[in-house]
Amino acid sequence: MLNNMPDPALGQKILARLPSLAEKASRRLGRPPVLMEVCGTHTMAIAKSGMRSLLAGHLELRSGPGCPVCVTDQGDIDKMIALAGRPEVTIATFGDMLRVPGTDSSLEVERARGARVEIFYAPADAVEFAAGSPEKEIVFLGVGFETTIPAVALSLELAVAQGLRNYSVLSSHKLVPPVMKALLSDPELKIDGFILPGHVCAVTGRQAFEFISGEYHIPAVITGFEPLDLLASVCLLLNQIADGRPETVNGYTRLVREEGNKKARAIMEKYFEPADALWRGFGLVPQSGLALKKEYSLYDAAARFPLQVPASRPLIGCACGDILKGKLTSPQCPLFAKSCTPLNPVGPCMVSSEGACAAYYQYEWAAK
Amino acid sequence: MSTNENELILLAHGDGGLLTHQLLEKYFLPGFSNELLDELSDASVFSMQEGRLAVSTDSFVVDPIFFPGGNIGKLAVCGTVNDIAVSGARPLYLTASFILEEGLPLGELARIVASMSDTAVKAGVKIIAGDTKVVGRGQADKIFITTTGIGLLPPQVNLGYRRLKPGDKVLVNGSLGNHGLAILLQRETLGLDSKVESDCAPLNLIIEKLLKRFKSIKIMRDLTRGGLATNAKEIAQSARVDIWLDEQSLPVDDSVRGVTELLGLDPLYLANEGKFLIAAAADEAADLLDFMKKDSLGENSRLIGEVRAGSGNVYLKTALGGTRKINMLASAPLPRIC
Repeated sequence: MLNNMPDPALGQKILARLPSLAEKASRRLGRPPVLMEVCGTHTMAIAKSGMRSLLAGHLELRSGPGCPVCVTDQGDIDKMIALAGRPEVTIATFGDMLRVPGTDSSLEVERARGARVEIFYAPADAVEFAAGSPEKEIVFLGVGFETTIPAVALSLELAVAQGLRNYSVLSSHKLVPPVMKALLSDPELKIDGFILPGHVCAVTGRQAFEFISGEYHIPAVITGFEPLDLLASVCLLLNQIADGRPETVNGYTRLVREEGNKKARAIMEKYFEPADALWRGFGLVPQSGLALKKEYSLYDAAARFPLQVPASRPLIGCACGDILKGKLTSPQCPLFAKSCTPLNPVGPCMVSSEGACAAYYQYEWAAK
Repeated sequence: MSTNENELILLAHGDGGLLTHQLLEKYFLPGFSNELLDELSDASVFSMQEGRLAVSTDSFVVDPIFFPGGNIGKLAVCGTVNDIAVSGARPLYLTASFILEEGLPLGELARIVASMSDTAVKAGVKIIAGDTKVVGRGQADKIFITTTGIGLLPPQVNLGYRRLKPGDKVLVNGSLGNHGLAILLQRETLGLDSKVESDCAPLNLIIEKLLKRFKSIKIMRDLTRGGLATNAKEIAQSARVDIWLDEQSLPVDDSVRGVTELLGLDPLYLANEGKFLIAAAADEAADLLDFMKKDSLGENSRLIGEVRAGSGNVYLKTALGGTRKINMLASAPLPRIC
């Protein structure tokens, strides 16, 4: 079994080296370095290990657009909630989506009103559920990045093989490299180095992120999810910043290959094709989403259940969009821990188990 | 008790007629028999010595009703016995009310009653009153049980938040999160193979021994819903002190740690049904720990932290040397755990 308790002695050793590395990087930049952990799971690992408190004063860590629930557009969430209201539909979803607030409701509230919402950890289990409930229309909410998309594609493979007619996917899937390009093209961006998502890179391969250092000249390190992985990646980034030699480094070689996981990509490409997608905070990012291919429209919930959803209202005061772009940290949002709390979330970053605000609130808020 | 596994609970089992009497005579009375219950009067009457009583009540709706390490019946006895025990009282009597769903296999009811009876014997408590109702299919989920417990507080025992002082040590009697995870893993949709078992057990006997020997025990809590994190936070808030926990001292089984990492859960927030937290004066803490370790329900006991002056916060010193704050959990997509 996994045992993610870090080797504390090794951790202390790396931590002892950090101040001088950060100092060198600061001298080069003329200010303390700002690093972004792109992935929501990294955000959580940083909060849980108490790493931010140890790095404070030396460098700043900001969260990025790597929490799939958080970046889902408000209109898409409203569509999911509207779909849950249809009497023939049973929504199948990862647990994270349940409490995400739409414009007027959430799946959790709809379930209390009588909608059928089932939580699954594996999309394949939703297919099995569909096979056992032929009288129900099972709609799986496809929310996630390259890490989860292959599993959803696999569920379609199973549904097609069994000839199921009552299983479909509402694809709100998103791709990380295109949104990184959108982020890097923002002239206001002030990020000096990226901690790249290890699991996404396991599918895409290192080369898919080469452009970060190649075209935008910013250091990037692919890393794993143990505190030691994260600390090591921070050291690597600080070194690159100090030396002024940006590279896109694979610091997670035990899982990530140069060309990634071709099998996983093949099954994604069999069922999905790139499409423009709306991201919270970013708006339309070209070719950053995935839609079901025409030949599988029978399994496309968007085609099977055409929905007219009223235009969603923006969440007033909510800074999720700026937090996802690394422009603000959670405590800088005027609603944080005041009108927006995990019990009464205004935006998705306070709900998702990978959300920056949830991580801050749960593990760090008022820790000083 | 011979039972035809195919027989089911019918609405008529709850109408007060012949089937209701059969249910009592065949299932409940043989399992729970004692001199007070066997009177079968409207109320059980007993005398008690003068002193302070402790009363606690709890409803059990766990799904699934059978899980590795126990079932809803064992849980219904342990849950209330443990609530009484951590208050410092010696649990004596329980009452048990059952809401049964039409269609519940009688064989399952028999297994649940047998397990309640075994657990009550083990804990040394008597079930002295009860009730059964049957509701239509879909109006309840198989079986719901409510137990109420009565206990007697020994004169010298006096536990409470107010006694907590900076410097007091915090201990726990073993690994965290097993019950919550065992229930979670029973969900068909999870598709994970694991050997995690519920830690469901009556704690009154070990607690009674500890209270007799260690006068400096100040407060105890059983770490059920919300786990160690939520309970520590509640104590800190009520006592207006801070509690500092040490991550490296927290006992978590490898199997629990592995699966929780995989699912993104935190064992500190998972429920336990056989674990309790103790806060005691620093000078007795080492002896207390040694003594706890000698009991079969305390083999993996650990000293996990200490009380400091503060204003109701709980902090975790992480293995890396960082500090993380522990707050109550807003909501988790977890199944019914108790």
